[in-house]
Formats: sequence, C-alpha cells, structure tokens
Amino acid sequence: MSPRLLFPLLLCTVPMSIGFGLMNGSLPLTPIEVWHALLGNNDDTATTVLWQLRLPRVLAAFVCGGLLALSGVLLQALLRNPLADPYILGISGGAAVGALAAMLLGAGLATTQLSSFTGASLAIVAVFGLGFRHGERNIYRLLLTGVVVSAGCGALISLLLTLAQGEEVKGMLFWLMGDLSRSQGLPFAWLVLLVVGLCATVFSGGLDVLAGGLDKAAALGVAVGRWQAGLYFAAAVLTVTALQLGGSIGFVGLMIPHAIRLIGVSAHRWLIPLSALLGGSFLVLADTLARTLWSPLQFPVGVFTALLGVPVLLWLLSRRS
Amino acid sequence: MVCRELDMTIRPGECWGVLGQNGVGKTTLLRTLAGLHKPQTGMVSLNDVALADHARRNLAQHLGVLLQSEGGEFWGNVQEYVLLGRFPHRASLFGYSVQDEALAQQALAQMELERLSQQPYNTLSGGERQRAAIAQALTQRAQCYLLDEPLQHLDLRHQAQSMQVFSRLKEKGCALMMVLHDTLWAQRCCDHVLMLFADGHALHGPAQELLTRVHLEALYQCPLRELCVEGERWFVAGV
Repeated sequence: MSPRLLFPLLLCTVPMSIGFGLMNGSLPLTPIEVWHALLGNNDDTATTVLWQLRLPRVLAAFVCGGLLALSGVLLQALLRNPLADPYILGISGGAAVGALAAMLLGAGLATTQLSSFTGASLAIVAVFGLGFRHGERNIYRLLLTGVVVSAGCGALISLLLTLAQGEEVKGMLFWLMGDLSRSQGLPFAWLVLLVVGLCATVFSGGLDVLAGGLDKAAALGVAVGRWQAGLYFAAAVLTVTALQLGGSIGFVGLMIPHAIRLIGVSAHRWLIPLSALLGGSFLVLADTLARTLWSPLQFPVGVFTALLGVPVLLWLLSRRS
Repeated sequence: MVCRELDMTIRPGECWGVLGQNGVGKTTLLRTLAGLHKPQTGMVSLNDVALADHARRNLAQHLGVLLQSEGGEFWGNVQEYVLLGRFPHRASLFGYSVQDEALAQQALAQMELERLSQQPYNTLSGGERQRAAIAQALTQRAQCYLLDEPLQHLDLRHQAQSMQVFSRLKEKGCALMMVLHDTLWAQRCCDHVLMLFADGHALHGPAQELLTRVHLEALYQCPLRELCVEGERWFVAGV
C-alpha cells in the first residue's frame, strides 16, 4: 500500500482509538457525552471522570505506544536485526531490577520511579561502554552485550520476585507486564516523542542507508560510528521514557514497525511517523480493553498487546508468503 | 599484512585491474583505498588530499565503492535501493529530487533492471543483486570507482554488458580500479594491472606488459596454458 494512502488512514485511527478509550470504562459514555464533557465546564461525574482519569490515561497509552514503536524502528535500523525491540539491549531489565528492588524495600511511587530510572541508566551506560567500539563496524558486540545484560537482569528479577511476598508480587508483575494506571510526567513524554520523532524523520535518509549495511553506509558518506551512538541514545531515551510511564509493555516495539513494513512501507521517512501513529493507537486500544473487558478487574496491558498483536502479525506474515 | 610497499597513482581515464590469489588482500587493499580500513602505515590521497582529511560525505561524492558483500538486508524495493547512490549528493534532508530519480532510472535501464524496479530488493537473485549494486554505484556519479569483483554472480551476457558500462565510464574520464579473476576481461578492459603476490610484494604497470604467462604463473602459483584466439591471449589453468 502506498504510504501516501496509509498516512491519512492511520491518522484517522488516532481520534477513533482515543474516542474509544474515552467512551469505555466503569462509567460508559456515549460519544455525545464525551463531547460535552470535553467542551463543557459543567461539574458532573462524567466531566470529572474524563478529565481526571480517562484522558490522562488514554494520552499516556498513546504516547507510550508511540515511544515504544519509534524505539523499535530505531533499534531495528541500528542492529539491523528484525528481532530487535526496545528491550533487547537490557534497558528494561535494568529498569525492572531498579523498580522491583525499590518495591521490595517498600518504597513509594516516586522512589520506585527514581530507582527504575537509575537501573535503566546504569544498563544503558554499561551496555554502551562495554559493547560499543567507535570505528568498529560490527554491531554484534553491542547486541550480544545487551542480550547478556538482559539475561543477568532477568535472573535478578526472578530473585526479587522470589523474595517478595503477597501483594508485593502482584505490584511487581504489573510493573513487569506494563501498567498505565500511575502515569506521571505525561507532558515530558510527549515532548520526547515529538522531538525524537521529528529528528528521526529529518535524518531518515541516513537510516535507510544504514539499514542496508555498515560498510555500504560508510562508502555512501554516513559517519557510521556517530550515527550508531546517536541512534543508541535516541532509542534509550525513548525506551526509558516509555518505561517510566507504563512499565515494560511488550510487543509494541517489535510488532508495530514490522506490521508497517509488511503492509509495504519500508522507507524510514514514512516508517517513523506511521509507526508512532499506529503504536499509539494500538496501545490505546489494548489498554482500554485491559481495563474494561473484565471490569472492575484490571489486567496488565502487556497481556493484551500480545493477545491482539500475535494473530495480526501471524496473519500478515502468512499473507506475505 | 597485505602488501609491503605500494606507491602508485591512478589517473582519470585509467582502468586498473587488481589480480591475485584468494586471501592475498585484494579486498583489504580496495577497502583501504576507499577509506573503510586504516592502513598500518602510509597514506592514501584523493585529488592530492589525504583520505582522512576528506569529510565522509565529500569523499562519497567523488568515490564510488562496489563492495563484495554488503552484509545488510535492505527492506525496500529495487528502485529505492538504487536511489541510495544519490545519498551523498542529496540537497534536501526530506528525500530525493526529480533529477536524482531520473539518474536512478537511467542506471536501472543500463543494468536492465527496469522490469524489477518495483520488486522488493530481498527477493532478487544473487546476479540481480549484483546488477542492482552496480546500478547504485552508477547512480552515485563518482569520478573514481573502486569495484570489488564487479562480475561476481553475473551471467555471460551481463558480464559483457557491465564491462561495457565500465569502459564507457573510463572513456568519460573516470578512474576505475577493479578486482578481477578473469584475465581475459583484465586484458580487454584494463589499461593497467596491479598484481598482489602471496609473499607481500606487488607488481604494477601497463596491462600488456604484465599479463603474460610468466607473471601469471608466478602470481597464481600454478602452471597455465596460453591460447591465442583472434589476437587475444587466453590463460587456462593446466592440469
């Protein structure tokens, strides 16, 4: 499908998914009620629910999905590996160890956030320091270092889960599977998404070249080492921002770029904005289902991203062959 | 260690063939000349300026490189792949101009790839990929080309066609250097030859003088038979 056709199409899904998210919940609203509550400054329950609860949550889901999808695009270009996702380089592992350790010690929300941020930063610095050699056109060292750090974090996560008791375990599992209910720093996340997304689109020509091979990219005038470092840190910032907002929500970063590619768009100039739009809409949909389907029970959103995404991706893959 | 001492100049309008046994360092030499690999000693310069002093992009505007293996998966179609050759010349950050696209189209036609231009690159066969890579290099419009085994994977028709394309580049004043294994093509198209020997020494000079049985036997360390057909010397490995 032509990107010129796909772009307006995906743009239409944005208000649709956001509208869907705003209408559904423990207090179902009709589109007209949502409209009135958004515009009017009356003081009824609908307005309160919408402005205080639903809108922040839907906006958090959207920006989180956009961040993850964009991070996936950048890492797949950097590592030239179709299996790359925002968590492959150990960033989420570091963040999870930090968050879970804080939870185990009974820390509050702010401390947990700070701790997960510290864990992620340590992982980012460690993987970059150990895995990246400037001037060496071999990205496998970085990839393997990331995978090893991830594995180490995985072991620590299991250890922390074993040490935890009762309610703590549930909180930890929600963090691990993604949870958008305690969203903070929403404006900052939007700023990150817009700035990094815009920069990545501006430099998308270089990403196309880079994805075709590192020597080739160097021969075509791309300063490969600097690009790799830039891509790594851009993806790291996106991932950390998404982790702070919603925990480690799986599958979005891996699946969304592939879905766009399978539809037939591969030039990064289009892939970047389209992935961000689709990632955002998709996560809003998944999150709405996660919090309404068995309400008042709430499920981790990561469960639904996988449940929704797996069949779609499998269908796209089988159609292609 | 590829080569102990090498002091040579490639001038516009010259076509050099690089010959040598497998693993002797032909690719390493080409990569060094392309600035993709730092030499242990000595220096390489382009237009009298050391490679290291050229900005990467500026270098890519003057120097086209055809790599033996690209080591990358390209997700787009063939036309988009060929268009990447315009990357160093791109005026705008947001895509390629109409002229860029016209040049890519021209190169696609030269390599007989028009029919495949909308097909995904990763569905191409080895020979088709090689032709696409050559088309990409042509699209780059460089003054100087370094070609690592440009004829690999190509059938006879496309071998002849590609060599014709390279000869035309030479006539237009481009400087070319290509790694070849076929001495016949070296004779037909190259005016100079560089021979890299396994012991680290190198011979370079006019193709007519160097492409003899004695030199080639020493180069490949195997007995050769020489056949003369219509004034062309063919060298065949003797058993």
